[in-house]
Amino acid sequence: MTATMLAVQDFSLYYGQFKALDRIAVEIPARQVTAIIGPSGCGKSTFLRTFNRMNDLIPAVRTEGKVWLDGANIFDMDVVALRRQVGMVFQRPNPFPKSIFDNVAYGPRMNGLRDKAKLGEIVERSLRDAALWDEVKDDLGKSGMALSGGQQQRLCIARALAVAPEVILMDEPASALDPIATLRIEDLIRELRQKYTIVIVTHNMQQAARVSDYTAFFYTDESRTGILVEFDKTKKIFTNPEDKRTEDYITGRFG
Amino acid sequence: MKLTYAVDRTIRYLLLGMAGASVVIVLLIAVFTFMEALPAFREIGLIGFIFNPVWHPLPDDPANSEYGIGGMIYASVIVTLGAIGLGAPLGVGCAVFLAEIAPDAIHKIVRPAVELLAGIPSVVYGLVGMVWLAPLLRDLFKVPGNQGFGFLASAIVLAVMILPTIINIAEDAIRAVPPAYREGSLALGTTRWQTIVNVIIPAARSGIVAAVILGIGRALGETMAMVMVIGNSTEFPVPLTANPLTLFLARGRTLTGNIVMGLNYAAGTHRSALFATGVVLFVMIMVVNSLARIIVRQWARKGA
Repeated sequence: MTATMLAVQDFSLYYGQFKALDRIAVEIPARQVTAIIGPSGCGKSTFLRTFNRMNDLIPAVRTEGKVWLDGANIFDMDVVALRRQVGMVFQRPNPFPKSIFDNVAYGPRMNGLRDKAKLGEIVERSLRDAALWDEVKDDLGKSGMALSGGQQQRLCIARALAVAPEVILMDEPASALDPIATLRIEDLIRELRQKYTIVIVTHNMQQAARVSDYTAFFYTDESRTGILVEFDKTKKIFTNPEDKRTEDYITGRFG
Repeated sequence: MKLTYAVDRTIRYLLLGMAGASVVIVLLIAVFTFMEALPAFREIGLIGFIFNPVWHPLPDDPANSEYGIGGMIYASVIVTLGAIGLGAPLGVGCAVFLAEIAPDAIHKIVRPAVELLAGIPSVVYGLVGMVWLAPLLRDLFKVPGNQGFGFLASAIVLAVMILPTIINIAEDAIRAVPPAYREGSLALGTTRWQTIVNVIIPAARSGIVAAVILGIGRALGETMAMVMVIGNSTEFPVPLTANPLTLFLARGRTLTGNIVMGLNYAAGTHRSALFATGVVLFVMIMVVNSLARIIVRQWARKGA
């Protein structure tokens, strides 16, 4: 077992009176890809958004329990500092209406970096790491919105990499893309694992099997409250799950 | 069945007629104004009319009368720029606050207040400007010749009057920015303020510019309040002292005010010159509004 990057203890989340997540406990290993799978409405995305506290933007959300990032409780951290360590890639590519360069340089600039040469370096490295550099290197002034969907998503990954996070959260990052663009993103995720801890929510079980090292299976009954049923190495989950519900889900009996 | 179709068709023609009526009315007003203005343009000449700074109508002595609206165009522009200078930052700031920052409870107070601002009649603004603001400015700035009435008072009153226009349109523009931009920026570890300044406002830029331009159009056309606070002097406005800033304490007369002040007694060329003033105003506002429309359309096409 590798070192733990994110440790979740007894974590529950409420939308007003409604309990969306019930006492989740899991340890997400560093520099591995962890997939979160489960049927719609089981709280996968909500759980993912806990790690960079995007749920803070929703006033009615209340949480219980603790989440440790590298030994620090994220709810005690400054949220801006937390999000620099825990980057996020969204379901729909959301580049800013700015040039490719400015999209990637955005994070470092907001951190106060003004040095042009340094910015250029970061932009190139981030775009290379996101496997986009070769396609856009002659056209960094072009609007990020003018790229194809798959390129836009890789641009958003580059944008996240540019602030040098430790963890990257991905919320169904390929669900809006065609199969070829999806494969490229999956290749990229496997590459990024060398340097980053990745947590990915996906609807696509083949994708989870292909890209992840560990898998967390979330489930919900009629109460619509999400629980973590099983967490283990992806191989184990997909070949020999402990829980009957996990087996039913991955063999396609429901969901 | 047949009856339904007949009703349908009747209603359609009825509505078409109503839509047509508004177009016809606008056209008639334009044609009428232009026709009434034609003798003045013929007699004075367009260039002489617009650039001559002397407005000196003599009802009993047509030969020595002068009809130049240079001073009034100048006054209208100064007051409008002043109003935008004061009103645009305030309005855009308020729009940002309403769209991005204000919690529901505060939104519920500020929003109706802005609506109310839009509903106050022009003459009431004028009254407040006359009775309260002008004396205040007179006492505040001890400059010889400062009577309180003038460009500064007008610009302040006008700035408040155009606030609802700017706030409403700018707020809509800011709210139209996709939430994904906001999330994308915040997720990179930026503060709300950084996100607003560097992502939200640039994305809403065209809408905000359009809001300001429509505010300019509204300012140029404002009449009653201006007549009440600007002093209505026909002299070409100049600074009161060696300090050029005292220009704002000078009195003047806007294009709109010129029409109101003269129309009661004007006859002949004088009357026609007032209509010509209206034509100039008409064209200026048309240009400003078209500009706003072009910007908004370009914005819609780029989708950003």
